Amino acid sequence: MINLTINGLKVSVEKGTTLLEAAQFFGFPIPTLCHMEGLSPYGACRLCVVEIGEGPKAKLVSSCTYPAEEGLKVRTASRRVVKARKMVIELLLATAPQSKVIQDLASAHEVRQQRFRQEYEDCILCGLCARMCKEQMMANAIGFRGRGEKRSLGAPFDIKNEVCRLCGGCIYVCPVCMLRCTYTEPEKAICGGCANIGPPCVEKEKFNDMMCYMEPCVACEIRKE
Amino acid sequence: MKTDDIAGIVEKHKDDRGGLISILEAVQAKYSYLPENALKLVSEKTGRPLVDIYGVATFYRHFSLKPRGKHLLSCCLGTACHVRNAPSISKEIAKQLGVQPGETTPDKEFTFETVNCLGACALGPIVVVDGHYFSNVRATKVKEILEAARLGLDKGLAKDDSRVFPLDVSCPRCNHSLMDETHYIDGYPSIRITVSFGAMHGWLRLSSLYGRSPATHEHLIPKDTILNFFCPHCHAELNGVSPCSECGAAMVPMMVRGGGIVQICSRRGCKGHVLDLTGVNI
Repeated sequence: MINLTINGLKVSVEKGTTLLEAAQFFGFPIPTLCHMEGLSPYGACRLCVVEIGEGPKAKLVSSCTYPAEEGLKVRTASRRVVKARKMVIELLLATAPQSKVIQDLASAHEVRQQRFRQEYEDCILCGLCARMCKEQMMANAIGFRGRGEKRSLGAPFDIKNEVCRLCGGCIYVCPVCMLRCTYTEPEKAICGGCANIGPPCVEKEKFNDMMCYMEPCVACEIRKE
Repeated sequence: MKTDDIAGIVEKHKDDRGGLISILEAVQAKYSYLPENALKLVSEKTGRPLVDIYGVATFYRHFSLKPRGKHLLSCCLGTACHVRNAPSISKEIAKQLGVQPGETTPDKEFTFETVNCLGACALGPIVVVDGHYFSNVRATKVKEILEAARLGLDKGLAKDDSRVFPLDVSCPRCNHSLMDETHYIDGYPSIRITVSFGAMHGWLRLSSLYGRSPATHEHLIPKDTILNFFCPHCHAELNGVSPCSECGAAMVPMMVRGGGIVQICSRRGCKGHVLDLTGVNI
């Protein structure tokens, strides 16, 4: 067992526990975006930052990837943490302002304004879909490509490959969710799940052999009416 | 593309876990780029998912998924080069070649790329063509560089190297010279012989520089083919009896003017060669 202090509370956790798991277990909320139970921690979104150490040596680390250490002093909601977290949300909001998940996060953390130019990106590079595909679906059909500003997620050569089973797991976990849906090109599409975002599905037949994780699917609802 | 080639490359790097980059480098060295099928084969042979391989291939600037030209021309746009007017040099190159950075000329001669730093900032602005560095480049020098690249930059290098020297050879049967004064390779008269394999029959020109192996031929000769060499004058078969120390194929002897015998391996692609100057007073 490892003894550490979270927000002044002395706790002990098992070896190998991450700070995020420990804090959540003892009831200290830490917001996350790229973290999901059952998937390996990745530390991409930086939303789960916490402050460790004391005095001038205190530093911010991502709690989802930081293992608990003996005698560690962790603060999950200090002024510095809250400030950093708000900045992260603001940046995420600028990247993908249309995402419901990020809007909800902003609202919950009282981010009322966003000072950066809005980009309307359809991906925040959190890597959830790639990890889902690899670790839960055992398919390894999509992954990161390129680097720098050209970094993107998707299938090699931008075409659906043999290992993709159209399970739609990537769409299910995506917080921005319009990621790899290529509604206008069914032969390239991985899932028709978010066909509801652009023009409503009028040619739904094209996507009949694809599973849909959208509950309820806006496009289908429109069609029913 | 041959499955065997890729399998051979993968086999060579089988033991090191971090061998993926070495494999991709070898594949790129072979085809000058990474063909889609090659990546799929690498994935199959190594057992690693295609996404990982594609991720590595797209991450590094060194790898190209598009066919590249014969000459690779990189213009440095790093900070030090930038302040010394590298952008205008890049523009000048683009204008002269008629392609944008990252593109290949339609005649497949040049691929033009910009790089962020070559680590030789004091020499900037720098242009690198086929591994040869040109320092303090001015826009007016671009034409000269392109001209030099077209002629072949390795030629000058071969002349400076004292280990590489030209030979003058003749047929061991009829003693006619095999040199072709009308056709130069590496800046020296080439050696012209007749070769045949299967039903194909045609000429083959070799570089006369000892230790260099560029050759041109009439027909496309697949790698590892064992060729039958003939003298173009007396039509005698030249393949000898001694085996190549590298691959075991028959060696082809030729007389060296001034005495001695040079033997080259008859297998296409094998670099086996022996120069025997025993009993010659140099």
